[in-house]
Amino acid sequence: MSFIKNLTEGTNFNHKSLNALQKVTLRAVVTSFLFYGLVALEGMIMRMVEVGRVSGNPIPEQFFHPDHFFSIMTVHPIVGIFGSTYQLVFGAFLFLVPYLTKKPLYSVKLANWTWLLITFGTALAWIAAFIWRYAPLYTLYWPLPADTLQFSAIGGVVFIIGVALIMFGTFGFIYNIYATIFARVGVHQDKTMKELLISGFGIDGVLNLINKLRGKPPYTKEPALALPVVAIFRGTVDTFLDAVVILGAGILVLLFLLADLSGTSWDVSAIDALLYKNFFWWGLDLVADGLVLIYVAGSWYLLATLITGQKLFMENVARAALMLELLVSWMVWSHHLLGDQGQPEMMKLISGEMVTAFELLTQGLALFITLVTLWKARPLKMTMELKYLLGGLVGFGLAVPAAIIQADMGMNRVLHNTQWIIGAHVHIALIVGLYMTLYSAVYVLWPIVTNNTKLYSHKLSNIHYWLHLIGGIGMGAFMGMAGLDGMLRRHLYVDGQFNPDMIFAAIFGSMLLIAWFVFLYNIVMSFGIKGLIGIFLPTEDKTSSYGIEDEIESADDPAFAN
Amino acid sequence: MTFTNSAQLLAFHWVAYSIYAAMIISIVAWFGYNLTRKDAKSVFRIPFYWYMAFLVAGGVGHHIFTYNTIPWVSEDIDRHNIKPDAVYNIEVKNHKWKLPAKQVIVQCEERVLFNIKSDDLTYGFGLFRQDGSMVMQMQVNPGTPNDILWTFNHNGVFNMTSTEYSGPHQYSEDGEDLMEVKNFIKVTGCKKGGLKK
Repeated sequence: MSFIKNLTEGTNFNHKSLNALQKVTLRAVVTSFLFYGLVALEGMIMRMVEVGRVSGNPIPEQFFHPDHFFSIMTVHPIVGIFGSTYQLVFGAFLFLVPYLTKKPLYSVKLANWTWLLITFGTALAWIAAFIWRYAPLYTLYWPLPADTLQFSAIGGVVFIIGVALIMFGTFGFIYNIYATIFARVGVHQDKTMKELLISGFGIDGVLNLINKLRGKPPYTKEPALALPVVAIFRGTVDTFLDAVVILGAGILVLLFLLADLSGTSWDVSAIDALLYKNFFWWGLDLVADGLVLIYVAGSWYLLATLITGQKLFMENVARAALMLELLVSWMVWSHHLLGDQGQPEMMKLISGEMVTAFELLTQGLALFITLVTLWKARPLKMTMELKYLLGGLVGFGLAVPAAIIQADMGMNRVLHNTQWIIGAHVHIALIVGLYMTLYSAVYVLWPIVTNNTKLYSHKLSNIHYWLHLIGGIGMGAFMGMAGLDGMLRRHLYVDGQFNPDMIFAAIFGSMLLIAWFVFLYNIVMSFGIKGLIGIFLPTEDKTSSYGIEDEIESADDPAFAN
Repeated sequence: MTFTNSAQLLAFHWVAYSIYAAMIISIVAWFGYNLTRKDAKSVFRIPFYWYMAFLVAGGVGHHIFTYNTIPWVSEDIDRHNIKPDAVYNIEVKNHKWKLPAKQVIVQCEERVLFNIKSDDLTYGFGLFRQDGSMVMQMQVNPGTPNDILWTFNHNGVFNMTSTEYSGPHQYSEDGEDLMEVKNFIKVTGCKKGGLKK
């Protein structure tokens, strides 16, 4: 097939053959990867600025200006976490929950709204930073987001509206997921709400373990919900709480900005900065230490069982551990406040250190169960999905202990706010741990969601894999080393004070950017431009499920109203 | 074993984490290779409960280790009951420090309390060696106390800046950090390897 034909037509992709569920999933996935490219580009710009004004650095002078630099730093995580990661995860889960429960999605229309709201919300937040240079960073430390001496109030209002739209989209996702899980249709026709709740919270796993210890028969041999659905159920609790907190903080900032625009200046000291910090970090940490870890554990379990075709090792323990992970995620936020001297010492010790250390246990358990499940099924073919899964395990194997190290009152005194945190922990967790797990899911779901579309090139997939893995670990490692040398994470360095660390970080970072181009090229050549456009066109097949023989109407079905 | 300053601690941490990182990457690579082999046998069996015990020991042991080897941990927790040798009150507003002196001279092993008050935004307070490496830092929140007790065990001249982002006004248009105070602290009277002569 010629290059031009591939570029326009793809391999054998036919967007008209997709049903409504497949299309909405692909819309979210494609948008997610476009946002990922933007994030990679932003990351590279910031990395090049930190390389400094040295000869050979091609970065234009305007990026060295603090208002420009920090406006990029503000939207970088918004686009990365919400525009890219949330979209990808939500898109995948809105497909997986109906697929695994063998029920239709509650509402495809709502799923489309979720995709649209998150996309436009992210774009709006980005525009606020691009046009008005609104740059309080994602941390929004009070009273900086309401500081109209440094930032335009209009820019702030646009930014907050953008973030609010993302949160409304998130609420749409949450409603859709729970409405689908609790729908008493199909295989769950005879299940009660209580049975589904017990299974959703993993209580059946705990009861099975207790009965085993007491020598009694299991509470249930066939839990109502599959383990990955349980993880989605559990993680979505944190997604909800986190959205409530972010929206709450947004409303507070919005009120102050609107007051300013109306000519009334409100006293920002009326809000206790430390209390606000606790409230905001409690919610924000439900992303990093809550839903991400729970969703990832669930994804590992799903991928391990799909790749091996076997039952998960220690499934009851895994179910019970997900419950523990949820509880742990509510009590660890103080590790972000170890450097705040006004924070009570007991909270630092218990929440910041001791409960946080539990994450080593819960994530270590997920790693163990996944590895043993894979090991018991050997020999396995080293497929792309297996490769990416192993990459994801490496990522969290590196990033979680890095987090436990820094969540310590001694270490935090010299690591807090340094590049160690954002490099060795955050970027390795996200780029290597999370994204490689998500890529594994993309390769597993590819034939199902695209109706067996042939991938353009496996060689390009391999190139993408190695560039992403080496680039991700390398960039995180050199950022981490710069952090140990004293480089701060939310600081502007324009003279290359932390070279050669930053030069190496930029080299590895550019590998990530190239990896994204390779992946994008592979996808475009597989779908073709016509196919990619077709994904965003209205679908003829309104089916909102996959793989169910007797189709059930979604949303309008009376069973959903129960 | 006791670390007398952050430079020693960070050097130890660099080595320890690098060894761990190399180990975990190698283990997963070895694991991945053996997944594809039919005749691969377990080199050793890891009993589940021993693995869990190892994780618990690692999580808890790390804090016990740092509490006993890093002097500023216990000092920080107990700082309200310790009488400092010197107290320096510093204020910050509009990205400008109000300092007690242009340079503060500290004698070796003196316990110094830095008391920072912010009148507007959330800032940070950090001391850095001349090579850029960090001595220590804390957050500076408006409206609540921000005090840190510190014992200097090594000679040196340290720069100070805000370690928390407080908006672009911290910098000049060219990107120069306007909150950096060069040579703010000078410590004298220590032996070459640290601690009092």
